[in-house]
Amino acid sequence: MKLIFELGGTGRGCDLIPDCKAPDSTQGVSRREKKPMLPEVSETEISRHYTELAKQAYGVNDGFYPLGSCTMKYNPKINDQAAALADFTQIHPLQAAADVQGCLEVIGETEKALCAITGMDACTLQPAAGAHGEFTGLLVIKAYHVSRQDQKRTKIIVPDSAHGTNPASAAMADFDVVNIPSDANGCVDLEALRAAVGEDTAGLMLTNPNTVGLFDPNIAKITSIVHEAGGLCYYDGANLNAIMGIARPGDMGFDVMHLNLHKTFSTPHGGGGPGSGPVACKKFLQEFLPGIRVVKGADGYEMTRGSQAVGNVHSFYGNFLVVVRALCYILTLGREGIPEAAEGAVLNANYMMHQLKACYQMAYDHTCMHEFVMTLQREKHERNVSALDIAKALLDHGIHPPTMYFPLIVHEALMVEPTETESRETLDEAVKIFIEVMKQSEEMPERMHEYPLAAPIGRPDEVAAARKPVVRYCRE
Amino acid sequence: MGSYIPNTREERQQMLQDIGMSSFDELYADIPEALRCREPLDLEPGLSELEVSRKIEAIAAKNTRFSHIFRGAGSYHHYIPAIVRQVTSREEFVTAYTPYQAEISQGILQSIFEYQTMICELTGMDVSNASVYDGATAAAEAVAMCRDRRRGTVVVSGSVDPKVLSVIRTYCFGSGAPLIILPDQDGLTDIDAWCGLDQKDIACLLIQSPNYYGLIEDGAAIAKAVHEAGAKLIMSCNPISLGLLKTPAECGADIAVGDGQPLGLPMGFGGPYLGYMAATRELMRKLPGRIVGQTVDAEGKRAFVLTLQAREQHIRREKASSNVCSNEALCAMTAAVYLAAMGSAGLEKTAKNCMNLAHYLCSGLENLGFSRKYGGEYFHEFVTICPCDARELADRLAERGYLSGLTIAEREMLWCTTEMNSVDEIDGLLSVIKEVLA
Repeated sequence: MKLIFELGGTGRGCDLIPDCKAPDSTQGVSRREKKPMLPEVSETEISRHYTELAKQAYGVNDGFYPLGSCTMKYNPKINDQAAALADFTQIHPLQAAADVQGCLEVIGETEKALCAITGMDACTLQPAAGAHGEFTGLLVIKAYHVSRQDQKRTKIIVPDSAHGTNPASAAMADFDVVNIPSDANGCVDLEALRAAVGEDTAGLMLTNPNTVGLFDPNIAKITSIVHEAGGLCYYDGANLNAIMGIARPGDMGFDVMHLNLHKTFSTPHGGGGPGSGPVACKKFLQEFLPGIRVVKGADGYEMTRGSQAVGNVHSFYGNFLVVVRALCYILTLGREGIPEAAEGAVLNANYMMHQLKACYQMAYDHTCMHEFVMTLQREKHERNVSALDIAKALLDHGIHPPTMYFPLIVHEALMVEPTETESRETLDEAVKIFIEVMKQSEEMPERMHEYPLAAPIGRPDEVAAARKPVVRYCRE
Repeated sequence: MGSYIPNTREERQQMLQDIGMSSFDELYADIPEALRCREPLDLEPGLSELEVSRKIEAIAAKNTRFSHIFRGAGSYHHYIPAIVRQVTSREEFVTAYTPYQAEISQGILQSIFEYQTMICELTGMDVSNASVYDGATAAAEAVAMCRDRRRGTVVVSGSVDPKVLSVIRTYCFGSGAPLIILPDQDGLTDIDAWCGLDQKDIACLLIQSPNYYGLIEDGAAIAKAVHEAGAKLIMSCNPISLGLLKTPAECGADIAVGDGQPLGLPMGFGGPYLGYMAATRELMRKLPGRIVGQTVDAEGKRAFVLTLQAREQHIRREKASSNVCSNEALCAMTAAVYLAAMGSAGLEKTAKNCMNLAHYLCSGLENLGFSRKYGGEYFHEFVTICPCDARELADRLAERGYLSGLTIAEREMLWCTTEMNSVDEIDGLLSVIKEVLA
């Protein structure tokens, strides 16, 4: 289809802004020499263009989206409606505290709820995404060690099954990353951990349930090994959906963590953001949190700052309108609904895994949490059918494929996370399709490299894209 | 109470049985008993949708919504064309994930490619990424792009928004980068002070133009001085101003950054916004986060993909150029629809209105005994020294329904106008101020 720059024509546009009665003051100013080549299009053309783009996009509303590690649950519409209230959208972030009591209440109530759910004592909503939260949490860990003049703690331990953001965040906070291998069950190898910790350990980053979809039963042991060495424990909240209301990171011995409101708390992913990655911590770390602390005083909510705060990681208070959505979700589910959602997510994952087991090889054949990992290693070896081939074939059946090639410790991985907001029929239908695709791959393995055939485009040439990057349009 | 689970309790029990389990507890057998929540969570019971709606509306109503806004300082009250909200609330866009599966995500990928093109056009730079969290994090990421083993020190002009500076300071605490704040000279970046620094370790200078005080910096002269020292220039610009003013590329900047909020995003108590980042081609592979590139599919048809991923965390892990994963894709799309609706003529008109109204307001205030703190040329923000206590003036104006300029010192106020203001509205404001002063 055409780019928006290829539509319309010279002089076309929309009449949006009134003329201004103030005298012209722009004469002496140093102006841009070349006009920007922006689209010259009518409103009709804009509307049709984006409608066409929407037809070539795929969201949770279009169909099943079992993208492991991403928690693509349904995004309730009441949340969007709340976030669109003019009394939120038209509030300037630098109004006096007395004039933003509603916004501060949203922040205060959300922080309180997130602390209750995680077993933590304090929270900042400033980080705008999960990775941003990780970086923030690591700065808190760094500031804590610095405050104790414990400067030799320069290492962050990360299991080899971790999300890529974990080591990347640690590097941004100038820590050395120590990768430790997982054991045969995909869990932390306690011996490897014991060997890795020491006087230079700043902390450990871990997600539990881990990235292979299993709850690490040794978790209390793991956190105590790190604590005994003087390190802190960071919880990557990407997988919190499996256990919210069932178990709390704070009770497992974690000191600081982030949550992904766009995963666990149903706020939409927007094609890659805006998300929100609040950071919660135990009391002994709360003074290090960045951004504002909202406290309830005699005259309503007030804004304060931590005495040893690491500063700010965002211009204002984070992605506030995303937080409004998450608060609506928490209010809707409440204390019974939160664990019910977690149970539903774990049930749906096990229900699918149970039915797929006979056809697909599971990387870890064990009751899973909210997601499970399959390996196409056998198929790759026997008939050159890869995880990618299976994923691309699924596209022709109207299913968004599972996460591919992650975690890195599983060869030819497909990671399936159905979430609790899918019905039994959807899961049954998906299972049927997964099995059908596997059969296809047995009957005509060579054809598998050609899929998808029914999508708007065939497989794109990614190598060419990277070799000769064309990252903007140029008019000929 | 709802949990958005389609299956009834009975159906869920049946599903449990189908997989050979008798209870949910069995599903959670791996979680040690001692770690299970024994008490219900300390939360209220769940609510129906109508109750949630009423509750959240009641909370929102506790905010004061001003109908006359003369405050900016990093968040700007601009007109949002109706088409912008309509397009960007389409659920195919809203509920999609990052476009990992290019074949069914061409709509999202193309929209980002178009956004990248518009940012390049606006800034004059060669390449743009798909956005980062906000203007401040864009600045902090740009700083990281410039650092290498030889040159690690970061210099930031004192006329940069203090909130942006604060975020850079925090990121530098993380990376260990030495940070120098260059004092300003009459509200502008002090080039002499730059020349006086020991420059051999300096990676970059970050300036903002129009700067925090609204003043237009001499970007070209600064770029020359920075490049003579072998360092890089990062220029942060309000994107609306680029409809009119000299671009970062025309000044000679190496990286252009800024907050894209003025491009169709509501003030929203500070977020979500987006940080735009654009750079020279030489720096392309150092850009953080997602970049969309054009290629062809198996049949030779034009197609778009996430590209240059060898920079990114999911491939490079601790060696990645940044940890950015989720960015602000839907906000970037918002900015693109806004720019498509405005066109270059609409954007220039908006920029001119902003600037003309600011000068009209400023001369009105001068007639009332206010004086400008700094002498230089300004865009749509300016600082006045007030003939009274600034905080008190702000309070009195708030009582009358005006969100005044931002109090930045006891007698100093940072004012802002946009195309949302009008001459009549400014006349109204001035007469109220006159009453207050009397």
